[in-house]
Amino acid sequence: MPNNSQNNKHEQLSAALKQRILILDGAMGTMIQAHKFEEQDYRGERFKDWHVLIKGNNDLLSLTKPEIITEIHRSFLAAGADIIETNTFNSTTISMEDYDMASISREVNLESAKLARAVCDEFSAKTPEKPRYVAGVLGPTSKTCSLSPDVNDPGYRNITFDKLVTAYVESTLALMEGGVDIILIETIFDTLNAKAASFAVEEAFEQAGRTLPVMISGTITDASGRTLSGQTTEAFYNSIRHIKPLSIGLNCALGPDLLRQYVEELSRVCETFVSVHPNAGLPNEFGEYDLEADDMAKEIIDWGKSGFINIVGGCCGTTPAHIRAFAKGLEGTAPRKLPELEVRMRLSGLEACNLN
Amino acid sequence: MTQQIAVFTNVGERTNVTGSAMFKRLIMEEDYETALNVAREQVENGAQVIDINMDEAMLDSKAAMVKFLNLIASEPDISKVPIMVDSSKWEVIEAGLKCIQGKAIVNSISLKEGEEPFKHQAKIIKRFGAAAVVMAFDTEGQADTADRKYEICERSYRILVDEIGFAPEDIIFDPNIFAVATGIEEHDNYAVEFIEGTRRIKQNLPYCKVSGGVSNVSFSFRGNNPVREAIHSVFLYHAIKAGMDMGIVNAGQLAVYDDIPEELRKAVEDVILNTDPGAGERLVELAPKYSGMAQAERVEDLEWRTWSVEKRLEHALVKGITTFIDEDTEECRAGADKPIHVIEGPLMDGMNVVGDLFGAGKMFLPQVVKSARVMKRAVAYLDPFIEAEKEEGATNGKIVMATVKGDVHDIGKNIVGVVLQCNNYEVIDLGVMVPADKILQTAIDEKADIIGLSGLITPSLDEMVHVAKEMKRRGFELPLMIGGATTSKAHTAVKIEPQYNKGVVYVNNASRAVGVVSNLLSKEHKAEFLAKTTAEYDKVREQQARKKPRSKPVTIQRARDNAAKLDWDNYTPPVPKKLGVTEFKNVSISTLRKYIDWTPYFMTWSIAGKYPRILTDEVVGEQAQSLFKDANDMLDELEKSGSLQPLGVIGLFPANRVGDDIEIYTDETRKELLTTSCHLRQQTEKTDFANYCLADYIAPKGTPDYFGAFAVTGGLEEDDLANAFDAKQDDYNKIMVKAVADRLAEAFAEYLHEQVRKEYWGYAPDENLPNDELIRENYQGIRPAPGYPACPEHTEKKKIWQLLDTEKRIGMQLTSSYAMWPGAAVSGWYFSHPQAKYYAVAAIQKDQVEDYAKRTNMTLAEAERWLSPNLGYEPE
Repeated sequence: MPNNSQNNKHEQLSAALKQRILILDGAMGTMIQAHKFEEQDYRGERFKDWHVLIKGNNDLLSLTKPEIITEIHRSFLAAGADIIETNTFNSTTISMEDYDMASISREVNLESAKLARAVCDEFSAKTPEKPRYVAGVLGPTSKTCSLSPDVNDPGYRNITFDKLVTAYVESTLALMEGGVDIILIETIFDTLNAKAASFAVEEAFEQAGRTLPVMISGTITDASGRTLSGQTTEAFYNSIRHIKPLSIGLNCALGPDLLRQYVEELSRVCETFVSVHPNAGLPNEFGEYDLEADDMAKEIIDWGKSGFINIVGGCCGTTPAHIRAFAKGLEGTAPRKLPELEVRMRLSGLEACNLN
Repeated sequence: MTQQIAVFTNVGERTNVTGSAMFKRLIMEEDYETALNVAREQVENGAQVIDINMDEAMLDSKAAMVKFLNLIASEPDISKVPIMVDSSKWEVIEAGLKCIQGKAIVNSISLKEGEEPFKHQAKIIKRFGAAAVVMAFDTEGQADTADRKYEICERSYRILVDEIGFAPEDIIFDPNIFAVATGIEEHDNYAVEFIEGTRRIKQNLPYCKVSGGVSNVSFSFRGNNPVREAIHSVFLYHAIKAGMDMGIVNAGQLAVYDDIPEELRKAVEDVILNTDPGAGERLVELAPKYSGMAQAERVEDLEWRTWSVEKRLEHALVKGITTFIDEDTEECRAGADKPIHVIEGPLMDGMNVVGDLFGAGKMFLPQVVKSARVMKRAVAYLDPFIEAEKEEGATNGKIVMATVKGDVHDIGKNIVGVVLQCNNYEVIDLGVMVPADKILQTAIDEKADIIGLSGLITPSLDEMVHVAKEMKRRGFELPLMIGGATTSKAHTAVKIEPQYNKGVVYVNNASRAVGVVSNLLSKEHKAEFLAKTTAEYDKVREQQARKKPRSKPVTIQRARDNAAKLDWDNYTPPVPKKLGVTEFKNVSISTLRKYIDWTPYFMTWSIAGKYPRILTDEVVGEQAQSLFKDANDMLDELEKSGSLQPLGVIGLFPANRVGDDIEIYTDETRKELLTTSCHLRQQTEKTDFANYCLADYIAPKGTPDYFGAFAVTGGLEEDDLANAFDAKQDDYNKIMVKAVADRLAEAFAEYLHEQVRKEYWGYAPDENLPNDELIRENYQGIRPAPGYPACPEHTEKKKIWQLLDTEKRIGMQLTSSYAMWPGAAVSGWYFSHPQAKYYAVAAIQKDQVEDYAKRTNMTLAEAERWLSPNLGYEPE
């Protein structure tokens, strides 16, 4: 990232993060699900004749049900979130392609950013001592750049680095135009996708002539302790630390109990701030998450007390009740201190390789 | 896991089309699978980074780079290490970076075409987050003097760090290694210039690294590898001292500095350091003297390749040759109506020949295993064709096999599996530590015809009884086969068969398995065979019931009254030189192999006879020699690659006897207990001997005595190595690596015991025994192992684990049945008393078991379960 000492947001956030643990919001998807929207709700007036089914395109609701999205943001801010995430997890052209809606990708990113910006400003005005921030979300897309979808043809790829970069540049520029404070690259299960995203973010910054703080959050997919594409936590960290993000973290896939050891490891190896937003446990047999707010908060608070985290929130299954419990429980808890790491060449394959 | 790498980083160079003719051929022929093996081998052989280069005029380098990197991404064994993308073409590097999720290294960029392209490339590399090799090269050419090298590197460094914001720790300078002793005077100082340039770069440019292509330096001595290796070593010796961090070097092409003959080393050193104008000439003169190690190439007799394809397949199967199996199978398939006919026809015919030879004793088990490897390869080749025709492969039957829960031993089971597969049975091998439910569910899901259970340690016997009970409860109809070292016809007849009435058969060795299975699956013979077996087991049960103990049981009190009485008044137990726990993590395979007892190795392969006589035996000698050679080749390989690391831990502690227990103390004050080791006493009537108990060998309180414990393994990598062979359908080496690891573990136990006697306990400092004397245990003291006759109760191992912190220190684990993992493992106790000897506890009575249960905090039922092989009575 270009050296930009005038970067106010970056400084503001860094200063705040040295004072306290910042609270990220909870799950947009879970909150939307509770409304049990049907096809026509998704379509609204504008897309009533769209040629494919679009139920499940949650990001589209920023256009067709903006008041609901605003309400969800508001509920998380009221619960104590410092940072809210835009409703753009699947808004890249690549993900929108699933609904044949690549052409409105830019618009969805832009409008989603504006919605979040507006409600955030509303709260910042009410509590100026606690300014709120908008994180513009870049999701992983449904394609993997370093894995073959065809087991019989391991050399095959259904997406290229260049296509990902193009899509992410477009999304990033729209999010910036909509007024986000931070870019959040999250739910990274394939580090090569994330590298494309970070490559694109720098490209977008260059085009826009200004930079924003970047948060990065990877996903440990199962008890193997690795990302879907096979990297260990430290290898993942080595792969993306070059973009000098504001924070590096972990989210999704696991509940706090199973995630704990990886949070601890990241906290040890990472010289930036650390963020975590776990799921509310593992899904039950109905695909629902049922770890209650207080139970989840116990673990989260323990991480805070153990000095593992700087930013914490929730992923799948977490509600304003969860966020409120975290915010309350972590009040007055000191944030993790940034460790000073030895200067070393930190390479990685699937595993980290730190040369002396 | 972080690899903390010391001093010098070795970059693998064999996946480079400009440097390896073989790799180039593989890529040109698009044999990517074999090309991947080249990469994998490099990683296995210790390359910490692999360099990949596809710069070849006749190749679409960009496409080849992308393809190869995408394939590597699917190979965790390779992609675990960082990649160095190597090309002189920028577009190839850029395309490569787009395929790598890890943090890679670009090789290379330079100021060769001026500052602008250099900055542009550096910026893009930074955006990909890669490190970069920067050549000492500018528009004037490659730097050859120390001054120029440093100048260009400094200029590059300033541009990268100050202008681009490139992280200095991500810069690797390559200040150009050129050939010396070329006969041209200007070249004589090249090595010195490199070393001096390196020194200045490292002193003045913080955090950067220095690398180079080492083999260049010896270019003048092409064809004389011993001299080249010496040059590489001497060069690196000096360059590393000056600060060189990493290098592209073939680890196999490095001599050990101290092993280079003095005369040669001196001559090389003079050349590298350019001591005088005659240095090059002297080395050129000396070189031929050291070139003579070239190996004569062995010409294989390929006459058989001219035979008919059926005969070739038969020959390959009998001789175990896989080299041509794919092409021969393909030739046969092309001429067959259906691919399955190739299996049913020529391949099975060939295997029948193998079977006949084996039956006639003209082939031995290891050869049969090699034949099976050929068969598996051929079948694997045909599989896709058979799948495509959607036809069921006709096998003789399906057998689900497993080593039962709590047990990790599977060499015997694997051999049985292979033998059955050779006879066209489909074997579903569930591996080790398999719970009953999984075995039974798999049998149902796979519609198996037979279930086979295996186990080595005594608690596995109970687990087998449990499986049999479960089969009855769940209404199974399948016959059950029982095998493994501790199983027996008596145990099967008395304990297992009464639990399950649909057929339980004990198979005492691998060669019997086929006969048993074919009978069990034969419509005509099954009933008759089972009836016969049942009758036989009835008889065994009767005999067992009638069997009177050979000697009368006595009460535990009487047995204790007849304890071995050692004369403690006139004996001072030796004090260990080093008390406490000591780890052994760096004992090399070359040290341990001298301690191997080879006889059991041959028994593993069902070849009986004592080593070394077995090697010259008239009947099995040839086979034994071949087995012996293969084992030693594997040891060489393991030693070279470091892929199996033997680990051990010992501990020596103050201890005293209390009754039949041994109290182990934290220190000489003997106040605080570490743990108590509980022992069993022989409990039959003895007239001329004592009723032995291991505790008797330790002095009672009042006399300071000591006691030790140990645990060793051939290596935690055992299973991974075996699985790697399994993945290559190589059963022979899969069994071999386990057998070899097993021998190493035993050898390690022997070696450590010697170390203990001579140094750590130190009561026999002057002992000097050859290996055969060690094997015959002609030394003072014993090392009995829990689970074996003198201390038959397995749960005592947990005390060894506790005392030595075994799992934490060396990673060995205990299963729920107190089997040790990895399978190649030994643990036990050390006794130093000169009168200590091995014996068998044998049958014990309820009064002792009740007492033992109390001492070990078990219920009577638990104690009876763990001691069941020793119970001299029927538990309630």
